Amino acid sequence: MKQNKIRSVIIASSLGTLIEWYDFYIFGSLALVISTKFFPQTNPTAAFLSTLATFAAGFVVRPFGALFFGRLGDLIGRKYTFLVTLLLMGGSTFLIGCIPDYNNIGFLAPVLVLLLRLLQGLALGGEYGGAATYVAEHAPAKERGYWTSWIQTTATVGLFVSLSIILLTRNLLGVEQFETWGWRIPFWVSILLVIVSFFIRRKMEESPIYSKMKIEGKTSSNPLKESFGNRYNFKFVLLALFGAVMGQGVIWYTGQFYAMSFIGKVCGVNGQQTDLIMAIALLLGTPLFILFGKLSDSFGRKKIMMAGILIAIVSYRTIYTKIYTTIDVSKKSVTEEVIKSRKSIVLFNHSNDSLITIVKSYTYFDGTQNDVTGTDTLSNNIIKPNKEIKKSILLNQHDFWLLIFLVFIQIVFVTMVYGPIAAFLVEMFPAKIRYTSMSLPYHIGNGIFGGLLPLVATYLVTTAKVNNNPEWYLNGLWYPIIVGAVCFVIGMIYLNKNDNKIEE
Amino acid sequence: MKKLKKFLGIIWIAIGLTVGYFNIMIMGLPKLQSGKQEDLVFAIINLAILTPIVVGGLLTFGYYALSGDYKS
Repeated sequence: MKQNKIRSVIIASSLGTLIEWYDFYIFGSLALVISTKFFPQTNPTAAFLSTLATFAAGFVVRPFGALFFGRLGDLIGRKYTFLVTLLLMGGSTFLIGCIPDYNNIGFLAPVLVLLLRLLQGLALGGEYGGAATYVAEHAPAKERGYWTSWIQTTATVGLFVSLSIILLTRNLLGVEQFETWGWRIPFWVSILLVIVSFFIRRKMEESPIYSKMKIEGKTSSNPLKESFGNRYNFKFVLLALFGAVMGQGVIWYTGQFYAMSFIGKVCGVNGQQTDLIMAIALLLGTPLFILFGKLSDSFGRKKIMMAGILIAIVSYRTIYTKIYTTIDVSKKSVTEEVIKSRKSIVLFNHSNDSLITIVKSYTYFDGTQNDVTGTDTLSNNIIKPNKEIKKSILLNQHDFWLLIFLVFIQIVFVTMVYGPIAAFLVEMFPAKIRYTSMSLPYHIGNGIFGGLLPLVATYLVTTAKVNNNPEWYLNGLWYPIIVGAVCFVIGMIYLNKNDNKIEE
Repeated sequence: MKKLKKFLGIIWIAIGLTVGYFNIMIMGLPKLQSGKQEDLVFAIINLAILTPIVVGGLLTFGYYALSGDYKS
């Protein structure tokens, strides 16, 4: 196939997949605003619903989308199926931006958000497998890793674009306008992107391998049964999940999401600086997806992916210890302490008992700044000790770039395991059930093992802190380390290093 | 290598059972009853999503390995 044609296939496929990732992550990036707009802040049941909806629902339904759309893709073709997923994703995202607030329509607001979030998850579950399969079936055999690695960049670029559009909108409108209505703009932008991508994709031809199979009458009549009811195929689905995708999922989410939550929430770095650290590291790391995809064509997918998993799990504790000690202000000497604001709220009528909120700004010897919000309680004219509620650390330039480097290293691990994996999965299954068979392990490994990582890891850190574990901040890493280690052993022993052919 | 692949089937089954016990008896049911919202969210996700996939998947994978399905 001519290079020009492959390029147009890559552009059409990658653009749509990028938009889907953008749509999926914009919800996560705006989770805080969404929870205040659509969920009541006083009702614990609804707050619980919001937590579930925000953190888990979209990830959990991805495998179901993989099954539903994977089956369609094997029955009616790759092209039409991922046109449908694109429209479903774009439509759901646009509509989330149109839902009236909880104050206007009550409980209907969180219910609609949850339903649309589920549709987003279903659409994404169907999209990725289709795009990867479509590109791989167009690509020359010896360059499959290289060409499919373009699809692999889309998740990271989608995350980067979502952060950038939010930052841009917030800066243009100002924080107040953004939080009132401006947060809806990133959702609306999606529909424009989807329309453009739809018209580009509509002109594409069906994959040559699928078309040939269709003419010869070799397509599957029941891809779900053949993929998961047939022991010969199902054993490869399990091997793909436990020997590759499970590890890839936890490495991906540790490097790109847990790192962000660790720097921002666990260590208390200022939100805008955290976003900037992540955005720069993602931008620097993205070209490496292509590099490792290309290297996997020469050295084999297995070697690159397994090396990525091993180096990551061995070095995570060192990297996160360095991040923590770099930020930790308790070891730094204060040069200046200023009270920035002081607010007092009287707790009961006819008494002087008050809750006093104080924001103190500390400047440290190395140039780091820290705004600490704390509360004092005044009871019977006695002030009880200050309780720290929140800190917002602004790093000096040296530490800022050091953190970018430490996140960048993790992005390198991500690119090693994620760059070659589309080609690896496509090559593992025969064409007639490929869409179905590769989509399910991918979305369980990436969406569930990986997608739930920030929640599980943050929970482990919080519990360890409450239990006074001296290394509490490292406890969240046990999840990716254990899952990655099991995946590495299974992958090294059971995966075939020479398995890089596409079967028809 | 073929023997190792088969033998490790026992290990995967054992790991599946251990994870099942740990996730249900230590990280699952007690957290469900703790009364704290963060424990409840974690326990539900753990019991309803992670545990069935990990335990069911590892037991089946181990059984296939032990049966020699991954020999070649």
